[in-house]
Amino acid sequence: MMVWLILLPLLWASFAFLLGRGRGVWLAMAGLLAQLWLAYTLAEEVVASGVAMHAVGGWGAPLGIDLVADGLSAAMLLLTQCIALPLAVYARAYFKRDDPAGTYFWPLVGFLLAGLNALFLSADLFNIYVTLELLGLAAVGLVAAGGGAQQITAALRYLFATLVGSGAYLLGVALIYGAYGTVSITTLTPLITAEAPDLVWIAGGLMMAGLMLKTALFPFHFWLPPAHGGAPAPVSALLSAVVVKASFYLILRLWIGPFSSLTVAASLVVWLPALLGTLAIFWGSYQAIRAERLKMLIAYSTVAQLGYLFLIFPLLASAGALQAGIMQAFAHGLAKAAMFMAAGALIKATGQDMVAGLAGVAERMPVTLFAFGLAGITLMGLPPSAGFLAKWQLIELALSQQHWIIAFVVLVGGLLAAVYVFRVLRQAFLLAPASSVMTPVPRMLEWTAFVMAAASILLGLRGVELMQLVGVT
Amino acid sequence: MSFNELLPLAVLASSLLPGLLIFTLPESWVGLRTALNLSGALVKLALVMLLIVGVQAGESYGVQFAVLPGLDLAFKADALGLLFIALSAVLWLFTTLYAIGYLEGAPRRSRFFGFFSLCVTATMGIAMAANLFTFFVFYELLTLATFPLVVHRGTVAAMRGGMTYLVYTLIGGAVLLTGIIWLHHLLGHTDFAHAGIAAALGPAYDGQLQIIFLLLMIGVGVKAAIVPLHGWLPQAMVAPAPVSALLHAVAVVKAGAFGIVRIVYEVYGIEFAQSLDLLLPLAIFASVTIVWGSFRALFQDDLKKRLAFSTVSQVSYIVLGVALFGPVGTVGGLVHLVHQGIMKITLFFCAGNYAETLGIHKVSEMNGAGRRMPLTSIAFTIGALGMMGAPLTAGAVSKAWLTDGATAAGMDWAIWVLWTSSLLNAAYFLPILWRTWFKPVPKAWPAEHVAARGWRETAWLLLLPPMITAAMTLAAGMFSNNQMSPLSWAKLIAEREYLHETIIRTP
Repeated sequence: MMVWLILLPLLWASFAFLLGRGRGVWLAMAGLLAQLWLAYTLAEEVVASGVAMHAVGGWGAPLGIDLVADGLSAAMLLLTQCIALPLAVYARAYFKRDDPAGTYFWPLVGFLLAGLNALFLSADLFNIYVTLELLGLAAVGLVAAGGGAQQITAALRYLFATLVGSGAYLLGVALIYGAYGTVSITTLTPLITAEAPDLVWIAGGLMMAGLMLKTALFPFHFWLPPAHGGAPAPVSALLSAVVVKASFYLILRLWIGPFSSLTVAASLVVWLPALLGTLAIFWGSYQAIRAERLKMLIAYSTVAQLGYLFLIFPLLASAGALQAGIMQAFAHGLAKAAMFMAAGALIKATGQDMVAGLAGVAERMPVTLFAFGLAGITLMGLPPSAGFLAKWQLIELALSQQHWIIAFVVLVGGLLAAVYVFRVLRQAFLLAPASSVMTPVPRMLEWTAFVMAAASILLGLRGVELMQLVGVT
Repeated sequence: MSFNELLPLAVLASSLLPGLLIFTLPESWVGLRTALNLSGALVKLALVMLLIVGVQAGESYGVQFAVLPGLDLAFKADALGLLFIALSAVLWLFTTLYAIGYLEGAPRRSRFFGFFSLCVTATMGIAMAANLFTFFVFYELLTLATFPLVVHRGTVAAMRGGMTYLVYTLIGGAVLLTGIIWLHHLLGHTDFAHAGIAAALGPAYDGQLQIIFLLLMIGVGVKAAIVPLHGWLPQAMVAPAPVSALLHAVAVVKAGAFGIVRIVYEVYGIEFAQSLDLLLPLAIFASVTIVWGSFRALFQDDLKKRLAFSTVSQVSYIVLGVALFGPVGTVGGLVHLVHQGIMKITLFFCAGNYAETLGIHKVSEMNGAGRRMPLTSIAFTIGALGMMGAPLTAGAVSKAWLTDGATAAGMDWAIWVLWTSSLLNAAYFLPILWRTWFKPVPKAWPAEHVAARGWRETAWLLLLPPMITAAMTLAAGMFSNNQMSPLSWAKLIAEREYLHETIIRTP
């Protein structure tokens, strides 16, 4: 089952590539549907019978490759497939038949998903490196696919960031391998202790820095806004919603796994991610409030929202911190995908991408604006939404550990998000100038965005199962 | 799921489902939209009647869902909640009728009525919330559902009003959330209970509980428009008249006032709140608000603005009643929750009628309006007299209980506050009545939209709702001892809130 989560996207991506130019859509849809079902069954299995493990080809570690799914991975897999399927439906309506940006969309998305799924299932540091590279290259390809000068520049910058990031990570892995002779996460966890040599500390630092660069954590976020803001809407949605979460997932996995003794030993270290996260929230929100282009606003919002994920690190001593982080990952994933999808529809309809040019869309495109608004509710952390539950958990954890500052950051961050979300809504509710023309867009664009946004709201009414899943370790 | 669990959900669904359906309707489907609106309102009214009968008979209605481990979305329909539910359900029906008449032929009606229904759903949720978490969920939903209504006209001025509203309510919401989570962290739950839950913590937590109380009061005080948190209310006047009516009488300010009631009685418990010295500061803030609101109303020439400041003042009567320690003050505060609603909605309906029929927006333009629109003006007069606390109106009943409550609580200064406010009320309402009835009719009205046809001074959908609510104002005043009157219900609640035997006498 786990193997198929990796093989299926590889298969339909290869077919899509061989069939050429924008073909193979239906195959991809069928594959995505099957993947969603697989991820769901896997999650059920994990909840029912604990961590699932699979030795590929019957050869387990250290000789072969182990695939492992605990609650954390199963949840991330589920999130990825949940976003990918509606996004594919959206993309099919988004790319016109002869759109150059859509030429290699399907094969690249397939490879990207294969990389993601493999990353979530990998149990050793080197395999993770391979999946990171696959993921990064496919993502850069998707950004560059638009072909415009700006997009190529953004893609190159992204390529640079992702290569440096995985380079640093690989260097760290090499050092670890030199010190302990293994790259298996489970084997390493008891080996690395607080008395580890300096080299291991350096290795850990390199790996974390590389991954933070890939997650676009402030101040490593420089590559994200042009890449996410410049790519075609379905690509932006995929990158912002899941791809950046993959490297966050790795940071978390290493932090609570192999490096847990190190982080416990150096108790101040836990505040570094939280500090950067706080700065990300403020800086990202500030830039989003100032942004003049709609997609840049949403991209900077991603920078801010990623900050929340890093606030959980000082709180990891409490059991609920992991849950809070994953809830935030889900909330942001679903909402940000919805928001980029809505923005794509708005931009197509109005023919421009300035926030100031949105007057009248509340009247002409209510479904899209609803999607944007609902996604905005999640990002602001207002109830009822998954974002609200994440914030509730974060604040309560912060209070129970007397870390007032974190609660304060979360609350202020929510208000800042309200400023940039309502900046858009305000414009949208204004009456349209008589001269404005709107081209009708396919209904599928509007409704898929809506479904995604609604999902981020509905999760806010029922988070018990997800929390239970994440709790399986 | 049993009947007693389903009923609260059905009350929510009776406005939520029509609202969601209305969003999807094309603009031109007037008939179906009206049918959905009215059937939703009528079904809700019927369900609320069922609840009232049940609660009087001692039944309890409640249901809960786990949202996160240890965190429940919980509803209950108790006597206190029903007071608010019944008010909202009745006034929703009339406001819907009024809005249908008011918006006839206007653009964007599907959106309007959709959010209107969501707004009522949020109000119902606030009324039936069984813990602070649920309360907060619907409290914020109310903010979100009212924003599109406030900015409905889509003009730059409307946007400015809407943004002010958001700034106040969202910051207030964040403060409220802090208080709620803090309390949840200390207690492990925030379920409402008679006589409160906070006392269980013990004296070591008194200091924290006082700070939490402050946070909670700031949070709900924004919507209840307590000075100095009232700045949004006059600004929100840019909204269409039915929205203003709903905001002022039922939904937003009442949600705040109701929140104060719940927090004082069922989170802290009135006796524990008294022992923490929380009630006196609350009473002082309420008093300042009462006088300041009335004072500011004196100087407003814009009719709706004058009414808005009047709301600022009147809603704090409720808060004052809550803060007066003792069952008599409680009855006064609770009954004013209903009385202020029906009186103020009458006034706003009438203000809308003047504007829509004759183009009158200012007090100075109201000369002779009584001759041209006698029925509207009679309703307006009744509402205004009620606000002053004139005999035979609902306002008189509220005021009698409040002044008695002040005496019983040993806070005689509060009586002076009430009398000052009544005088100020007279000072800003009587000139309006004088102009309306005794000044000559001008040669031309500012902008006459609807011509008079016999006794029908304006569209009947605009005329009927204020007449009915004016009649209710009189009925609540004259038949206050009837078993189904708001007063009797408020007494029932007060008896249940004060655990020890109390004899509540009629003043």
